[in-house]
Amino acid sequence: MNDMTQIPARDPAYNFAYLDEQTKRMIRRALLKAVAIPGYQVPFGGREMPLPYGWGTGGMQLTAAILGAEDVLKVIDQGADDTTNAVSIRRFFARTAGIATTEATPEATVIQTRHRIPETPLQAGQIMVYQVPIPEPLRFIEPSETETRTMHALNDYGVMHVKLYEDIATFGHIATAYAYPVMVDERYVMDPSPIPKFDNPKLDMSPALMLFGAGREKRLYAVPPYTQVSSLDFEDHPFEVQKWQHCCAICGSHESFLDELILDDAGTQSFVCSDTWYCAQRVKENNQ
Amino acid sequence: MSQPLLQVRDLSLLYGPQKGCQGVSFDLYPGEVLGIVGESGSGKSTLLSLLSGRLPPQAGSIGYRSKEGEWLDLYSASEAERRTLLRTEWGFVEQNPRDGLRMGVSAGANIGERLMAQGVRSYQQLRGAGLDWLGQVEIDPQRIDDLPRTFSGGMQQRLQIARNLVSSPRLVFMDEPTGGLDVSVQARLLDLLRGLVRELDLAVVIVTHDLAVARLLADRLMVMRRSRVVETGLTDQILDDPQHTYSQLLVSSVLQP
Repeated sequence: MNDMTQIPARDPAYNFAYLDEQTKRMIRRALLKAVAIPGYQVPFGGREMPLPYGWGTGGMQLTAAILGAEDVLKVIDQGADDTTNAVSIRRFFARTAGIATTEATPEATVIQTRHRIPETPLQAGQIMVYQVPIPEPLRFIEPSETETRTMHALNDYGVMHVKLYEDIATFGHIATAYAYPVMVDERYVMDPSPIPKFDNPKLDMSPALMLFGAGREKRLYAVPPYTQVSSLDFEDHPFEVQKWQHCCAICGSHESFLDELILDDAGTQSFVCSDTWYCAQRVKENNQ
Repeated sequence: MSQPLLQVRDLSLLYGPQKGCQGVSFDLYPGEVLGIVGESGSGKSTLLSLLSGRLPPQAGSIGYRSKEGEWLDLYSASEAERRTLLRTEWGFVEQNPRDGLRMGVSAGANIGERLMAQGVRSYQQLRGAGLDWLGQVEIDPQRIDDLPRTFSGGMQQRLQIARNLVSSPRLVFMDEPTGGLDVSVQARLLDLLRGLVRELDLAVVIVTHDLAVARLLADRLMVMRRSRVVETGLTDQILDDPQHTYSQLLVSSVLQP
């Protein structure tokens, strides 16, 4: 499970963190703009990365632009440190930047994530980098890019609630479970990337800086520390996060986001924490 | 007589010589239905786009008196103000309901969209408005959760009307609202429209090439030809005693059954 021993040494053939310095400057300029206007999608000159779109190219470019030699990087994929996407991106930056990597959430200075926010509360000074497939929250209802930009510019967000209305009309409750739209700083509607809505409350007033990068769409956006982030809802159908009747089969946590595992052909289920480091940490504490 | 709702002066937009519309001036009063008739290419739809704030004119001005009684110059107002107007105090009924409806969401969501844009955040209230308006446009309220594409053409057009009227607009633009419908459905829709217009005291600008529609709905007519208004007057007056040669031609070319 722990691949720390196999982390390669820095390969001097690459510039630090793979991207060239001018590209990193360009992305940093876009990031500054994004931080200055919370929730606003800033276009940037997305580069070709040595892995396919959809594998986190947007997040990787942001990580490459902000990494310093002293940074400690954690990469998670659906909460897990040891899945393909997480392992390959962690190895990529260990090899191209020679930086330290970790699985421990509190030790990391930069956390690149695919679709989860760690259970362990984030601290001031930490940076979360999200991999975003579709940055435009209005896209599902308005296919035109010109039109969605005008809607953002004019604060014309009536259609956002149409989706939620449809959910209630069809399912009796708001059935959107991930990529649940949020309002950032009472101004911009933002797609928080496909994190489960369980994680939405963690965005609100977070002490950590949140950066979002979409590689294919070449857009990035940000939520600065201590920014108000509220999930859209109706007065009579307020925003709610998922709840489970089970606790984690490994560590017994009642608070964490659980993954359902099917154990055999008879459909026996088991529920375990999606955040592997959090789970392992709890097991360690319980054994002491 | 009260003040006009809409004041149009010397409105022009030309795509080429006599293509588009030019020199159009009129006043529209609250509760009045103005019909614009003319042949294809005479500039009716261009005029309607100019009036409804969708297309900036090359010359001329449009003044609108808001609910608060203030005059607003449509094209010197900001785009945000224009859009707010279009989804609150105004409505636009497209010729093809597919252009005016969101085909991917249910009838109820279509009706509720304007209310949501105005900040209504109570599901019960939206639901209530949806059911109420489906009833008013004679669609079975049980179909509130059905997609518009499962509706017939006439039903889609009525749904589009409900979607526009839910925010109680004061002024509605209609572009050939009965265009694609067969005669019996047309008659029913016209009947419904006439009822709603009188009941809600709507001001309407309706573009049509069908003089029968104009006679049924409009109080006043404007006849357009080659980008200019050639004759204006009360509907009955124009249809029974047309003065301009083109109006005479138009009236005489209606088939008498």
